Amino acid sequence: MTMLDAHLVVDRGRFRLDIDLSVAAGEVVALLGPNGAGKTTTLRALTGLLPVTAGHVTLDADTLDDPDRRLWTPTEDRHIGVVFQDYLLFPHLTALDNVAFGPRSHGLPRAAARDRAAAWLARVGLSEYARVKPRRLSGGQAQRVALARALAVEPALLLLDEPLAALDARTRLDTRAALQRHLADHPGATLLVTHDPLDALVLADRLVIIEDGRIVQEGDAATITAQPRTDYVAQLVGLNLYRGRADGHTVRLADGFALTVADSADGDVFVAFPPAAVALHAEQPDGSPRNTWPATITDLHRHGDNLRVHLDGPISAAADVTPEAASHLHLAPGQPVWAALKAVETRTYPAAGEPPAPPG
Amino acid sequence: MTATRRPRRRLGTARAPLALLLPAAVGLAFLVLPLVGLVVRAPWRTLPRQLTAPGALTALRLSLETATLATVVSVALGVPLAWLLARVAFPGRRVVRALITVPLVLPPVVGGVALLLVFGRNGLLGSWLSDAFGVSLPFTTPAVVVAESFVAMPFLVIAVEGALRGADTRYEEAAATLGAGRWTTFRRVTLPLVAPGIAAGAVLCWARALGEFGATITFAGNYPGTTQTMPLAVYLSLEQGDLDSAMVLSLVLLVVSITILASLRDRWISSS
Repeated sequence: MTMLDAHLVVDRGRFRLDIDLSVAAGEVVALLGPNGAGKTTTLRALTGLLPVTAGHVTLDADTLDDPDRRLWTPTEDRHIGVVFQDYLLFPHLTALDNVAFGPRSHGLPRAAARDRAAAWLARVGLSEYARVKPRRLSGGQAQRVALARALAVEPALLLLDEPLAALDARTRLDTRAALQRHLADHPGATLLVTHDPLDALVLADRLVIIEDGRIVQEGDAATITAQPRTDYVAQLVGLNLYRGRADGHTVRLADGFALTVADSADGDVFVAFPPAAVALHAEQPDGSPRNTWPATITDLHRHGDNLRVHLDGPISAAADVTPEAASHLHLAPGQPVWAALKAVETRTYPAAGEPPAPPG
Repeated sequence: MTATRRPRRRLGTARAPLALLLPAAVGLAFLVLPLVGLVVRAPWRTLPRQLTAPGALTALRLSLETATLATVVSVALGVPLAWLLARVAFPGRRVVRALITVPLVLPPVVGGVALLLVFGRNGLLGSWLSDAFGVSLPFTTPAVVVAESFVAMPFLVIAVEGALRGADTRYEEAAATLGAGRWTTFRRVTLPLVAPGIAAGAVLCWARALGEFGATITFAGNYPGTTQTMPLAVYLSLEQGDLDSAMVLSLVLLVVSITILASLRDRWISSS
């Protein structure tokens, strides 16, 4: 059952957001995008803090916004719970009163609101912090109180704005696991706004990626990690990505460079391969089923156990090499090398019907 | 709010340039010397007798009561006004803000005259009050409160509006997402968040009301027991050539205001 069905159009000066979003009951959708893509605008439009210029917002069969019909629902009358990026717990209220604030505002008597708040604090494992003011909570605890506060109004739509961004790495791990459990229990729709692909992959059933106010790709995690369709998504999932015209096993890129690929295809395609598939050599390597090209190192940095090498040349690409190989080759920025890529390591998939800018 | 504590380096006085130090010292002396003079020249021997004179205590009580009432009125009307200015975009907001600051720069005597023109027997509202209720405001104790409120409320409005503008409005947005309407949000979120600003404004307002002279004497007159506040009593003593009495009254006013301001200040600093 579709819980949220929205077509959001928001004009803000030179920026225009225009996206279609639908989230089913019980579904968790992650909204990913670089800074300035429109994630925050989307969130504010859904909460009614920012009016939509056109389109509509329908939640649980209730039309909240429809500018054409001069329909707009004030924020406080929407059935939406929000976990803000820095939580925004009311500093003058205890954890319990923070969670009770929503139920109380929805007309529950004080005692009933507090009972419900206590139950929610218990669910997030913070019963003993009921009387504590937010400034004395740790980051992870504050995040859980914020989640309890948002869920205590039993919202049809739960919005999470970078819910883990303010946490350190260790806390983030625990909190992410806890968050995953609570999201699984939430019967309503959930929209998670994040720029962390890991949060999206772990927490969400489906990913929606926006760039510059438009959806550039959406689908489940497996599809998106295997077949990115923009540079941003490719970077997010750690792949080299090119667009070109395929003719059998040869893909000719826009600048004329030709790649030999494993999959046979025709027409507009994307070619993707992981940085680990690119090998570096001091001399031009031989061996036939390979793509080889001369390149110049522009940058190197640590990436996990390996070194990630950024290459310029006929195509710009990232390559992962082991520290041994790196020291053997004496890799340094500005140094010319030969790059080699096995065709079997590439993936080719059609780009047809894809409007956004071709990746370079 | 998380406060990041930075290691603080002590600045030696030697670093302050003379060009700033000298005028600063003169300025300090200029502000403090008159107070010193008041303390030094006070007729300490006759002080107990002067203090217990019935006129002095009556004036003091009236001053404290009217200043406090004027503060209550200012908070009750001024906080909503400040909220309106800070949170609601309406046409002519700049004009309204400018109008509110007029009593700040207006000579208080002119304010008193203006109040008479409105609330006087033949005034805009005064004639109606007189006809409808048989009430005449000028030259009564309530007139003192009105005069003091007129002069002091702008201080409160400006302080509270500043606090509201400085407060993080995202808390109010968070309250709205939790189902709170604007009134509930104001009551349960905004008000507690800007409470220190309101308190600071109320203190400013109270201090201004306590020292009010010009508007009071013009609009409320100078009747012992009903409208003669401390500043008026000081002035009257001087007029009658009773310098000792004037000094004692001034000293009392000084001590009372300093004591109250200092105790309130300590309380907020320790609680915030």
